[in-house]
Parts: sequence; structure tokens; C-alpha cells
Amino acid sequence: MMTPGARPAPGPLALGAVLVVALVLPLLLKNFVVFQLTLVMIYSIAILGLNLLTGFNGQFSLGHSAFYAIGAYTAAILMDRWDVAYYWTLPVAGLACFGFGFLFGLPALRLEGIYLALATFALALATPQILKSSPLEPFTGGVQGIVILKPDPPPGLPLNADQWLYYFTLAVLLVLFAGARNLVRGRTGRAMLAIREHPVAARLMGINTALYKSLTFGVSALYTGIAGALGAIAVQFVAPDSFTFLLSVSLLVGLVVGGVGSIAGSVVGGLFILFVPNIAEQVSKGLAGAVYGLILLLVIYLMPSGAAGFARLLWSRVVRRTHAPTVTEGRIP
Amino acid sequence: MELLLHQILAGLATGGIYACMALAVVMIYQAIGNFNFAQGEMATFSTFIAWQLLQWGVPFWLAFLGAAVAAFLGGIAIERVLFKPLHRAPPLSHLVAFIALFAILNSLAGFIWDFNLKTFPSPFGSRPLLGSGLISTHDAGMIGLTVLLLALLYAFFRYTRVGLAMRAAAAHPVSARLVGIRVGWMMALGWGMAAAIGAVAGMMIAPVVFLEPNMMLGILLYGFAGAVVGGLTSPGGAVAGGFAVGVIENLAGTFIPFIGRELKLTIALVLIVGVLMVRPSGLFGRPVVSRV
Amino acid sequence: MTIRRREFCLTAAAGLAALSMPAAAQTKYDPGASDREIKIGSIMPYSGPASAYGAIGKTEAAYFAMLNDKGGINGRKINFISYDDGYSPPKAVEQARKLVESDEVLLIFQSLGTPSNTAIQKYMNAKKVPQIFVATGATKWGDPEHFPWTMGWQPNYQSEGRIYAKYILQNHPNGKIAVLYQNDDYGKDLLKGLKDGLGAKATMVVAEAPYETGDPTVDSQVVNLRASGADIFINVATPKFAAQAIRKVGEIGWKPALNIVNNVGNSLGGVLKPAGLENSKGVITTFYHKDGSDPTWTNDPAMKTWSAFIDKYYPDGDKTSTYTVYGYAAAQTLEQVLKQCGDTVTRENVMKQAANLKNLEIGVLLPGIRVNTGPHDFFPIEQMQMARFTGERWELFGAVISGEVGGGA
Repeated sequence: MMTPGARPAPGPLALGAVLVVALVLPLLLKNFVVFQLTLVMIYSIAILGLNLLTGFNGQFSLGHSAFYAIGAYTAAILMDRWDVAYYWTLPVAGLACFGFGFLFGLPALRLEGIYLALATFALALATPQILKSSPLEPFTGGVQGIVILKPDPPPGLPLNADQWLYYFTLAVLLVLFAGARNLVRGRTGRAMLAIREHPVAARLMGINTALYKSLTFGVSALYTGIAGALGAIAVQFVAPDSFTFLLSVSLLVGLVVGGVGSIAGSVVGGLFILFVPNIAEQVSKGLAGAVYGLILLLVIYLMPSGAAGFARLLWSRVVRRTHAPTVTEGRIP
Repeated sequence: MELLLHQILAGLATGGIYACMALAVVMIYQAIGNFNFAQGEMATFSTFIAWQLLQWGVPFWLAFLGAAVAAFLGGIAIERVLFKPLHRAPPLSHLVAFIALFAILNSLAGFIWDFNLKTFPSPFGSRPLLGSGLISTHDAGMIGLTVLLLALLYAFFRYTRVGLAMRAAAAHPVSARLVGIRVGWMMALGWGMAAAIGAVAGMMIAPVVFLEPNMMLGILLYGFAGAVVGGLTSPGGAVAGGFAVGVIENLAGTFIPFIGRELKLTIALVLIVGVLMVRPSGLFGRPVVSRV
Repeated sequence: MTIRRREFCLTAAAGLAALSMPAAAQTKYDPGASDREIKIGSIMPYSGPASAYGAIGKTEAAYFAMLNDKGGINGRKINFISYDDGYSPPKAVEQARKLVESDEVLLIFQSLGTPSNTAIQKYMNAKKVPQIFVATGATKWGDPEHFPWTMGWQPNYQSEGRIYAKYILQNHPNGKIAVLYQNDDYGKDLLKGLKDGLGAKATMVVAEAPYETGDPTVDSQVVNLRASGADIFINVATPKFAAQAIRKVGEIGWKPALNIVNNVGNSLGGVLKPAGLENSKGVITTFYHKDGSDPTWTNDPAMKTWSAFIDKYYPDGDKTSTYTVYGYAAAQTLEQVLKQCGDTVTRENVMKQAANLKNLEIGVLLPGIRVNTGPHDFFPIEQMQMARFTGERWELFGAVISGEVGGGA
């Protein structure tokens, strides 16, 4: 097993280069592409949330669309009803999702593997129904959803609304990614990984597995919830139809394509789930689904451990290391 | 009281659909230790093949058999071509491969046969059974066929050499290989059988819900739920689980005031998860013991 | 670049005008229009659970292909760019922005679904790009005061609900009503129209049963509705569930005095045949366009033209589906608007002409139904007619009824 921190990383140079590109891009591209890239970053954050749970803790979730929805609705309701500034909705959405995820994680402790999958799956299915149910309708707007306003850039900045939202999202993304990196490298991260590798052994070693698993669930939900809030702000609209089970499936695809257990891979996953369906549609309108499926299969064959595993493999060839990194990412006990 | 009886019977009829699908879910789970998200689409696709044969004038039972055989061979082919190369990939990659297969089959079915509703004939007719109007001949026939299928599977796994070999390959792949069982082919056989059972389920379900590419979208979810409630290691449990889900859902929708109508699925799911809390391996499943 | 091109066109046109034509015949363009083509955007659920509606987009694409074969509209070819949103609002926003900002379409036509259209409405109005003839029957699309760039097309669901209410009050004033409805904006809108129409007698509704599009069957709901003791059944469901409900009502031997199916689920070939013609006998509905599978229209000239069009330009299209008629009629409406635009193909003029349709007759709509709009009337089709199923065909009865919600002009 290799912890993500111990891998032969391409180093801060590459990171710096990516950052410079990310900063310059919105000034060169059409607004609509800037908007797409903003969505990519939002999905990346959501995938990272799922990654913390699945990749680093070995718990499995098909229910992250629910956390995304809670985050999105929290932001929308705060902005719509109480005129809360958009940036304040993020911490509130994050905290709400943390609480919800933690509470959901507690009973989910008793469930493992496929049974946990079912419980989270149930959560994903139930979410749209609950959102539009009559008791909640005064808050959620029922089936009609809530329309919100796009935030204006702060006065004095030579940016339009799309560019501003892009930079805002980028800043949030960097903070959250740095936070995730510190988390998995620290004591907590080691405990999470130990639980993933062998829950029983971890318990015997004195790790409070119950607490750590619930906490991981909470943190994972927090990330995805913040992504949901950003998503609501970017799209300017929330409705039950936006948060179906298909969203969970998309996030899962992004997770695997990017690389289970890789923080940077989450961005690749975000790129994939936003752009590949568009590419598939351009290839053939009638068979867009089939083309998408074929691309997905191809990716799985070529990169069974996701983009991150693939990149690591390439990198190890480049630096001519004698031992190839062992690929154990994504093992689910 | 009469309403209760009606809802239970309607629940059993719908539950028959779930039970059929749950059986297919358990078959594949036994073979590969995973959920197959594309199972519903495989069943739909096979049902379309049967429909096409019927359009060409093939008699019903021949078309039925043809579609089941096609599904069996298709299942084996999918395992050999798509999943054998992924054998060493992590389980999550398998899941994504299922999603890819789902997208491909769904899109192909829509492309070939379009999205309009098609009627699929029932071999049992759809008259009210015993004139009561509570349950139709088709519902009864479907439940009967599911139970028959269950009995056949039980006999197959219990008394035939191949059945025993498949069980051995699933339970202890390494030991099975040592006694000369071709584990890879047993897995392919499991795929084939699951696909054929799925095809039968599809052909039993289509007369009720009408045939279209998205026919199985909702049903597979209930099939999963039924299989998990009953226990993924027990075909009988899965069938019982399917019926249970059908009945519970109807009763929740009818008798829980205020929120029941709108949230009947949610309530059914909460109950299922509740069951799993108490019995994490399902009602009829065996607990899994892991070694340190 | 666009601006320079427009200026060039203007100068050229002005030069020509000075030479030969009266000054009024100036050409004027917005992004997406030129001397040779008009770019039209569209957003449809080609994939995902609502993919059956994709046939509407395909019919419209075929219709514009036919127009182009005939030389286009006022000499301009139609470039129809249609994207898939999978019925997901965030994807609809992405596709709308792509159409407006990257493909630079003149307008977006028949974007489908209430959630998707709600998601893009604010953007389209801020950008001042027409979002016209949206493919949904929600009442909110006819609000020119707040959303002058958005316009509906089909009769709205609330009006349909009121028509049923009126009929019930006249013919079954002491009935007890049970409603099956889809638990989304469409089902709830129609239910609201029904209750508003019943007014003080809304208590006639003794049972309501919602279903979700993910439900495998609606059997349980129908059993419950019957148990309520109602003698009027109103079926507010999409084709698959409408057919299931009609069949289940027949199977359990429930014989309501009045059995109503809503317009969305009244296709003879797509609903009544699958449900069983015997079970469907006596069912009542409302229509505004003709049904391609109904033998009543076999010799109707407009339907013959439509049929020949499907054969030639959309051979995979299903003539028993209502979507192929729907898309055809909607595309014809847009054709008329663009014709009226003449050489002033600007976004403003598109909205002006769309709000200036006077007694437009479209052959595949029912006889007597006309498309009318005005600066304060953004509801193009407001008339419907009731029909009863004889067991073989739909039989229209009563007068053509005008909708009562959001009407006036």
C-alpha cells in the first residue's frame, strides 16, 4: 500500500504550472466555457468528497447526490428567503451536510459493503421525493424549485459575473483540496486508511472505528454539500429533478475515472463527467449513450486505476524507478 | 378490511415482478459478488428480441425460448469479452463497467426499437382470476413461473455436478481450481444463467408495464431492494424479499396518513434499511465472517 | 465580427434599396441570422428517463430539413441545432449557454420540460434571446410583463383542468371524483385547474393519488382510488401510466360513470391500444391536434401531407405517437413567425411577430382551432375540444372550448 503522500510526486512545479493555467484561462475563453469550467471545479469538489469516503476510508456511497442536494437547497433557501450573501451560504451548507452526513453515518456503521451501498442508494432515491413533498414545499418550492440570482463581481474588479464565479470557485477548491491533503496525511488520515485496509485489525489496534467512520462520512458530506451550494449559485436554480440518482452515478464515474484515492484525480473526474457526454453527443445523437458507454469502457481498460494510477505509472517510467508502484487503490473490503 | 386485502393482493402481483428481478440479481451476485447495474437493461434488450421475433410471426413459446437462449449466450459473451479482461481491476471499476454497459444497451434499444410503448402479449391472458377482479391470470402465472424457476434453480445447485461446481467456484475460487473446476467458465455460466433469468423476468414484466427501453429503470431498484432484504446469498430469500417489498410499499402508501401517499417509496426504503440494521445480512442470508 | 458583417449587410441593402427597392425592405440581422441562414437552437431530452419526448425534436429537425429542400424561409435556410439535456436542469443551462454564446443561435425553440425551461428562463430574458414555443403546458410561460422573451405554445394544463371541471359540473353535479396524477408540476397544475374550476364544489374530489415517474406500476393507486367510492375517475398521467391505469380500472371491474384521460395520455395508438380497446370504451378526453392513429383522420388532407412528410423525412418516426404530430405543428408555427419577420430577422422582431399571430390555421390542429397571440397574450393555442372514445375511434363532441386561464388579448 502506498499512501498518496508517499508516492513519487511530479512535485510542486507541475502544481504551479496547473495553477497558472487555471488563473489565466478565464481571461482567454468565452464566457460559456468559463461557466463550464466552473461546473467542472464544482463536480471536482463533490468527487473529492466521495473520494474521502470511498478512496481513503473504504466506505461506499451511492447517495452523494443527496448531500449535493442538501447543500444546493441550503444555499438556495438562504439566498431566496433571507437574502443571505452567497459566500455565507457555503459554510452553512457545509455544516448542515456535515451534521447530516455524521448522523447518517452512525446507523450506517452497522452496514458494510453492498449493504451500505443499498442504504445510500435508498437515500439517493428518496431525496427528490422528500424535496417535493408537501410538508417541505413552503421551503423548497416543491416541484417548481427555487430560482436565485447570480452574484455580481465585487465593484471595481474588471471581471464579469462568470469570471468572478470561476475565481471564487477556484479559491474554494484550492482551500478544500489543501484541507483534504492535510487531513489524509495526518493522524486522522492514517486512521481512515487503516480502517479501509482492514476494519477489524484497525479496531484491534485501538482505533475508534465507529467515530472515525462517522466523522469521515460527515467530512465527505461537507465537501459534497459545499459543491452543491456552489452548483446552485452557478446554475441559479434548484429543483428536485436536478438531484436524481443519476447524479450519484455521475459522481461515481468521475471518482473511478479520476482515480480512487487520488486527490488530484478528482479534477480529471470532474472534467470527464462534464465534457465526455457532450463529446459523445457530437459523435452521434441517436447513439450518444452507446458512445459514452464505449468511451467509459475504453478508459477502464486503458486505466484500470483511473487517471491518477495511469499518471503515476507514466511518471515512474519517466524517472526510471525500478519498482512500479503497487496498485491497490479502490479496494473495498 | 377489504381494502387491506386488495392492497396485499395488488402488492403480491407487483411483488411478483420484483421477485423475478431479485432472483436474477442474486444469481449474478452469487457469480461475481457484485450488483450488476446493467441487469435491467439486459433483460429489456432480451425482451425486445422476443418482441421482434413475435413481430416476425414466431409462435410465443418459441420466441420466449429464443430470447432466453439469446440472453444466455449474450450473458456469456459479455463476461468473456467485457469482464474477463477486467478480472484484476478493482471492484469499483467493475461497477463503472456495468454503468457503461447500461448506457450502451439502453441507447441501442432506443435506437433500434425507439421509445414508444409496445404491448407484449401474456401467455396466461389478462382476465381476472376466478372472476374476483383482485388478481389477474397473468399475475398468477407470473408468480407461478417465478416459483417454478426457483425450484429449478434449487435442484440445479443442489443435485447437478455443474451446479455444485458453480457453488464451489463462487465460495472458494482457489480450492475449486485445485480440484479441477474451471472457475472462469463457471463465472461465465453464472452470467449466462443470470441473463436468461433476467430475460424471463423481462418477458413476464413487459405485459404489465409495457415494453420500452426504460422499462426496467424503476423495477431494477425494487429488485435490488428485494434481493438485499431477503439476503443476497439466498435465492428463496430474494423471492420472498421481492414479494415483501411489493406488499410493504402498497401498505405504506395506503395506510400511513398524510405523508404515505407521496413518500411510499421512501417509507419502504426506510423499513428496508431498518431491517438491515437488525439483520445486516438480510432476512435469510448467512452472516459473513472475515478473517484478520 | 458579427457587427461588422451586419453593418456591411445594412450598407449593401441600403445601396440596393436606393437603386431599386422601396426603403422599407431593408434587411436587418441579429446574431444567428444572415442572408443565407437562420440558426435555431433546441434543447431536448434525447437520453435519460424522458427520452420518449426526443421524437418531438427529431420531427422538428425533419421538418426544417424539408423546408430547406423547398428553399428555406424567405430564401434563408434553417440551421437547426438541437442538444440533449437528459431532462436535467443544470445540463439545460449549460446547453442553453452553449447555443446562445458559442453557436450564436437567433432563438431557442421548443426547449422541453418545465424544470429545464424554468432553469434557463432568467438567463434567456437577461440575454434578450427568444425562448419561444416552449414544449410544456405550465401556465407560467405566458407572462410577457415579467418575461417578455419567453412564450408557451400548447394549451396550458390548468385550462384543461377547468374544462373537465365544467363538464363534470354540467353532467355529473353530484359525482365523487378520484384523481390519479403525476407528482410533478404538470400533474399538480392540472389538478389545480380542476379544483379551481370546481370552485365551491371542490369537495367533490374525494381521493387523490400521486405517482412518481420511477414507479413500476400505478396498480396500488388505482385500487385505492376505487376504494374511495368515487364514480368519476380522472387520469392525469403520461402515456405509460395512463395506459396502465385504464387497463387496471377495467381489470378490477371498476365502472366509473365518467372516465377521463388527460390530453397528454390520449393517443389511440400509444395509450388506448396498449390499454385494451375494450377497457378504453367510453373514455373522455380533450384534443387540440389530430391523432395520427385515429381512423377519423385517414382521409384528412392535412394529415395526408403530414403522413407523406413522415415517410420521406423521418422514416423511423412512429405515426401512432402524438409527438410526431406535435413537433410538426410546432415547427409550422415557427415557420409562420419567421415568414412574418421578412428581412428583419432580429430577436426583437421574432418576439414581435410571435406575438402577432392572427387566426393562424395549422392543418394538423382540430378544425376550428386557431393560433392567436398578442402583445399581452403569450398563449398561442388556447382552444380544445372534448372527445369520447367509441371503441374504435375518438368522436369529437360539443363546441370548441376556449381556455380560461391567462386568456384574453
